[in-house]
Amino acid sequence: MAKDKEQLLALYETMFKIRRFEEKASELFADTLIPGFVHLYLGEEAVATGVCSHLSNKDYITSTHRGHGHVIAKGADLNLMMAELFGKKDGYCKGKGGSMHIADVEKGILGANGIVGGGHAIATGAALACKMQQTGGVAICFFGDGASNRGTFHEAINMASAWTLPAVYVIENNCFGISCCIDKACNVKDLSVRGAAYGIPGVTVDGNDVLAVREAAGKLIERARKGEGPSILECKTWRHHGHFEGDPGDYKPADQQEAWLAKDPLPRFRSYLADTQKIALKEIEGIEAKVNTLITAAVEFATNSPDPDPESLLENVYA
Amino acid sequence: MEERSMWFSEAIREALRNEMLRDPNVYMAGEDIGIMGGSFGVTSGMIEEFGPERVIDTPISETAIVGHAVGAAAAGMRPVVELMFSDFMMVCGDELMNQAAKMHFMFGGKAKVPMVVRAAIGAGTRAAAQHSQSPEAMILNFPGLKVAYPSTPRDAKGLLITAIRDDNPVVFLEHKQLYWFMGDVPEGEFTIPFGKADIKRAGKDVTLIAWGAMVGVCLEAAEALAEEGIEAEVVDPRTLAPLDKETILASVKKTGKVVVVQEAPKTGGFAGEIIATIAEEGFDYLDAPIKRVCAPDTPVPFSPVLENAYIPDAQRVVTTAKELF
Repeated sequence: MAKDKEQLLALYETMFKIRRFEEKASELFADTLIPGFVHLYLGEEAVATGVCSHLSNKDYITSTHRGHGHVIAKGADLNLMMAELFGKKDGYCKGKGGSMHIADVEKGILGANGIVGGGHAIATGAALACKMQQTGGVAICFFGDGASNRGTFHEAINMASAWTLPAVYVIENNCFGISCCIDKACNVKDLSVRGAAYGIPGVTVDGNDVLAVREAAGKLIERARKGEGPSILECKTWRHHGHFEGDPGDYKPADQQEAWLAKDPLPRFRSYLADTQKIALKEIEGIEAKVNTLITAAVEFATNSPDPDPESLLENVYA
Repeated sequence: MEERSMWFSEAIREALRNEMLRDPNVYMAGEDIGIMGGSFGVTSGMIEEFGPERVIDTPISETAIVGHAVGAAAAGMRPVVELMFSDFMMVCGDELMNQAAKMHFMFGGKAKVPMVVRAAIGAGTRAAAQHSQSPEAMILNFPGLKVAYPSTPRDAKGLLITAIRDDNPVVFLEHKQLYWFMGDVPEGEFTIPFGKADIKRAGKDVTLIAWGAMVGVCLEAAEALAEEGIEAEVVDPRTLAPLDKETILASVKKTGKVVVVQEAPKTGGFAGEIIATIAEEGFDYLDAPIKRVCAPDTPVPFSPVLENAYIPDAQRVVTTAKELF
C-alpha cells in the first residue's frame, strides 16, 4: 500500500483533478457551452486513479462513454480535453470526437468509446501487441457493470485468457446501466466471479477506496506484467449524477444515493490524509488550489480555441 | 519481373508470406488458419513457417478477432485477420464499422489502424443463405474502410500486399469461386495501387463493369458479344473504396453504353452507386439507359438449381447488353 506521502498526495491530486474537471463540465454543460452528451465520472474517481497509478506511457487503456476520469488519470492534457468537449479546433480530436472519443495514443489512451462494451476486444488486442513487441506493457480495459453483459466481454476475456495476455479488465460496478439496476440485469452479486469461467482471477474491491483499488490493481497488473495472464477487477462504486447530464437519475433509490454519497471517495481520502496520515491541511489545500488553476486555464484554453474549419470535416477519414 | 502461373489462393499466400517475411509486426489471426491451413487452404503451411505466435488459431469469436485487431493495430502491429466467410462481418459489425472504420477520424487523425480483414465472399458453393452472400455494399457506407476485391491471382497478390502496407483498415474480399482459378503472377515484390481500375478487356461498343467473380462472367459475355459484332470493354475497379471513377467514366465516354454486373441482390447494391456516379458525372456520354445485372432480391438459396438461377451468368449479361443496341 502507498504510504509514501508524495505518492498519497499524487493520488489525491489526480482524484481532485477529475472531480473538479467533471464539476466544471457539469456547470459548462448547464450553461450550454458543451454540446452533445456528457457522461460524468463524479463519484468514481478512486477507480481510475488507483488503477492508473501503476501505469506509464507504455501501458494502454481503453475507456468508455464515461471516460474523462480514465484519461485524466492516464495523463491526458486538460486543455486539449476541455477544448474537445467544446468541439473546438484545438481539442484532442480537432472537434471530431467530443466527450466520448477522447484519445491520446502516445500516452497509451486508445480512446473513450461510444459503444458500451466496445473497448473489451480493443484492450485484448493492445495486450497482444504488448506481448508480441515484448514491451513489458499491459492493457487495462475500463468498463461498467452494464458492459459486463455484452458479448464482447466474453469473447475478449476468453481470448485474452486463452492467449495469456497482459490485460486487466476493470469493472466499475456503479450499480446501474443507465436506469437498469445490476440486480435486474444479472444474477450474480459480485461480477468478478465471472473470472472463474475463464480460469483467471476475479477480485472485488471497494471502488470508493483509492488505496484498496491501488493495492488490488497493483497485484493484478504485476501478475500480468510477469506473463501470468489477464484478470478481472471489480470496483464497487456509484455515480453521483445521472447517466448523462440532464438525467436526474430518479431511478436511483434515495436511501442508496445518500448512503453512497456518505462514502464519497474524495472527502474520504482527504480525511485519511489529514487525520490518519497527519498531512497538513495547508499542503492538501495547496494541491487543490493548483488543480483549480489548471481547470480555469483549461476552460480559458477551450474558450479561446477557434471552431474547426468546416472544410476540416473531410480530413482524417483515412490515414 | 518473372511471372508464373498459380492459383488465386496461392497468390494470396504468396502476398501473406512476402509481408510476414518483410515486417515482423505483421501477424495473422483467424479461425482454423493455422494447423488446418484455413477453410479454403489459403494459409496452409504458414504456421509451420512462421510459428503459432504469428499465425494464430483463434477461438470462434469473430467479434474478438476483428476487435482485437483494432487494438493491436492502434498499438503498432499490422494484423491480418481472417473471417472464414464475409457473412460473418455481420457478427462483428461493431468492431468493423463502428471501431475500425472510425477510430482515425474520431481521434482527429491521431491513431492509425493498419489492419486487414480477409474474408471469403460469394455464392456458388451450395452453402445457402448465411455462407454465400456478397455484402460488399454494406461496408461501403462506412467511410474509413477501404475495400479491395480482386478478380485474378495477379490482382490478388498485388492488392493484398498493398492492403497490408496501408495504414487504414482494409477489407479484402476473396471470392470462393476464384480460389482455384489460375493466372500469371509476378514473383517477389509486386504491388497494385488502390483506386486504379483495370481494363480487363478493351472494347468500343459497350462498357461492362464488374468486380470479383463477375469479372469472369463479363469476360465470357464479351466473347459471346464479339461473335455478334459487339466489342465490350470490361472494367474491373479492383478496389471499391477508393473507387477509380476516372477509368469508369473514360470507358463510358468511349462506349456510351453501360451494364453493371454484381453478384449481390439488386436493391442497395454497389451497382446502384456506380450507376448514380455515371448519371451524375457522365450523363452526357450516354446514348442508352444504364442497365444492371444482379442477383434477385432474395437470400442466396441452397439447391443447385435455385442457386444457379440466382447467380448472374454470361447469358444474362449478353441479353441485357444487346438490349442497349
